[in-house]
Amino acid sequence: MQDQLLRVSGLSAGTEDKPILQDVDLTVGAGQTHVLMGPNGAGKSTLGHVVMGDPTYIVSAGSIVFDGKDITEDSADKRSLAGIFLSYQAPVEVPGVPLYSYLRTITQKRPELKMTARKFRSRVGDIADQLDMNSSFLTRELNVGFSGGEKKKIEMLQLLLLQPKLAILDETDSGLDVDALSVVSRGIEAYRQDCDGALLIITHNTRILERLSVDRTHVMVQGRMVAEGPASLIDEIDAHGFEQFEHTGGEQQ
Amino acid sequence: MSERTRTRTQVADVDRSLYDFTYSEEGYERYDDGLTPDIVRAISEKKDEPAWMLEMRLKALDTYHAKEMAPNWGPSIAGLDMDHISTYVSPRTKQAKDWDDVPDDIKNTFERLGIPEAERESLAGVGAQYDSEIVYHNMRDEVAKEGVVYTTIEDALHDPEWEPVVRKYFGTLIPPADHKFAALHYAVWSGGSFVYVPAGVTVEYPLQSYFRLNAEGAGQFEHTLIIVEEGADLHFIEGCSAPKYYEANLHAGAVELFVKDKARLRYSTIENWSKNMYNLNTKRARVGADAQMEWVSGSFGSHVSYLYPTTILQGDRSNCEFSGITFAGATQDLDTGCKVILNGAETTASVDTKSISKDGGCNTFRSSIVVGRHAANARASVSCQSLMLDDISRSDTIPAMDVRNATASVGHEATIGRISDDTILYLMSRGCSESEARTMVVGGFANPVSKELPLEYAVEMNNLIKLEMEGAIG
Repeated sequence: MQDQLLRVSGLSAGTEDKPILQDVDLTVGAGQTHVLMGPNGAGKSTLGHVVMGDPTYIVSAGSIVFDGKDITEDSADKRSLAGIFLSYQAPVEVPGVPLYSYLRTITQKRPELKMTARKFRSRVGDIADQLDMNSSFLTRELNVGFSGGEKKKIEMLQLLLLQPKLAILDETDSGLDVDALSVVSRGIEAYRQDCDGALLIITHNTRILERLSVDRTHVMVQGRMVAEGPASLIDEIDAHGFEQFEHTGGEQQ
Repeated sequence: MSERTRTRTQVADVDRSLYDFTYSEEGYERYDDGLTPDIVRAISEKKDEPAWMLEMRLKALDTYHAKEMAPNWGPSIAGLDMDHISTYVSPRTKQAKDWDDVPDDIKNTFERLGIPEAERESLAGVGAQYDSEIVYHNMRDEVAKEGVVYTTIEDALHDPEWEPVVRKYFGTLIPPADHKFAALHYAVWSGGSFVYVPAGVTVEYPLQSYFRLNAEGAGQFEHTLIIVEEGADLHFIEGCSAPKYYEANLHAGAVELFVKDKARLRYSTIENWSKNMYNLNTKRARVGADAQMEWVSGSFGSHVSYLYPTTILQGDRSNCEFSGITFAGATQDLDTGCKVILNGAETTASVDTKSISKDGGCNTFRSSIVVGRHAANARASVSCQSLMLDDISRSDTIPAMDVRNATASVGHEATIGRISDDTILYLMSRGCSESEARTMVVGGFANPVSKELPLEYAVEMNNLIKLEMEGAIG
């Protein structure tokens, strides 16, 4: 099923004491760019985390099929090696672990990315240049002491290095200044072009989408998918907000 | 959170098979268990020691018997029955100059620990102690040419040039009456290293010794005496490892370090004892004016440890830096720390320690900073970071400060943390397994200490952390 890279069907999930996602369906085709929008607290990030395999959330119904395999029960590392990537809103700091050796480790986990140490060095250098990153970043500790914008660049660096089949970008654009935003946009473009990867962009800011050709737009309200449409849906939301969908969402509850 | 518990990898006990290997003791001399003046005399006679040393031993034995058994603080040493611990086991071989002369079983032990390779690569000298005698001793010619002496205390005592030097320093920094196990040490000490670096000499490569306890129920009481003369510079590495036995093992060594004016000594240790070892080691340094003492210490293994390297900053403007890490797993109770006595004016000390507790292991960090009356403008900072890997482990920090000069400044900070679920998720979602993710975080935590070690020791320390974290056979 090449055209269905990710198929989420009837997915309900939440924490132990609180249901969040309810009966969610979402299909992303290989190489497609999808946008997931919705008001704060709609469950967009939760969906991203559940697809990645965050054990904080318990799946109570439904399934997640990726690349033809049911991964609903798989741990995050298996999903990562299968080709799913989640860029975090707030990447964690890992003291004492040098960024460069971390990148080498996660690259070596993937037989398809096998390369010599020299090749790896130049590959990382090229991507860092592409992202306007100071190469001194590479000797620093993973995410430690970096600004919000720099951390997002480090997420982009990993995205371009690992070349996943599907990248879920969770509010990657939030809190970025104009320059950082343009660098991140370039990173996303490079990922689209170089890897022909699929994208699920979680955002409530349409700016980052300006330079991308979007295949589908999904709207989530109160844990449910309430609308799906072409790229033009984004303009509609831009003009009228989420109110119309919130009404729908309320009714379904 | 039942879902999370289910998906969490069970981290099993450590695979120590790399370290837990033993060879037959057949053909070795072994003195009667228990401790009498006759045993002490026999040890001294066999070593053909000067009379003053025998006298010192017998006096120390009296002190040992006179002192109370257990301290009234710290982990229990009730499992230690001195009546059943042989204090001295002598290997059947004489000291060898050439690796080929070392008996095969002993050689195998060291080869598994990687010692000859390490020496070939970058170390200036190796003194490997198998049980209680030095069996292999060698030093590169160029170091010896500069007048550096690296030998056993026994050999130094037989050398008319060095006997007076040993006599002058031996037992002066750690007196036999210091505590019960110091007294025991002086009564039965055997083996260890004597290092003398003449004034102004910089030893380019680190000197290293490797201690190893093999015989079941045998104690190890090696003595290390290092004298770094004025303006000289030395890096000494001590590595320790012991295989696993069912009977309690005891280690009560003593390390006396004399760092003269303007000299520098770096003393690095990776201790990796078997998990039935009682490690009651005493280490002390005395530092002259404008001199520098650096400790790098990694403590792994042992059932119980009492270990607090002490630095006396006697000279003005002298400096002490201490970095240490301890790892306590199941059945381990490690009471470690560091003591600095700032006596000179404008002396400075910086203590940075880390501890990791796992599977019910218990870590206690004790620090003691004493600033004397004359230590004007002395500065000391102590930082202690603890990482707990589960809910059943324990970590305590007990800092003590005694400041007797109003111009001094002393600071202390301590943190106790856990590995956050977010961190594990982050690393797993980039392809690391859960145990790899945990090992990566713990390795990162230990990194500031392993960075201070020479490469091959940093590698060994990382391997030990990996073994402790990932070992599935245990």
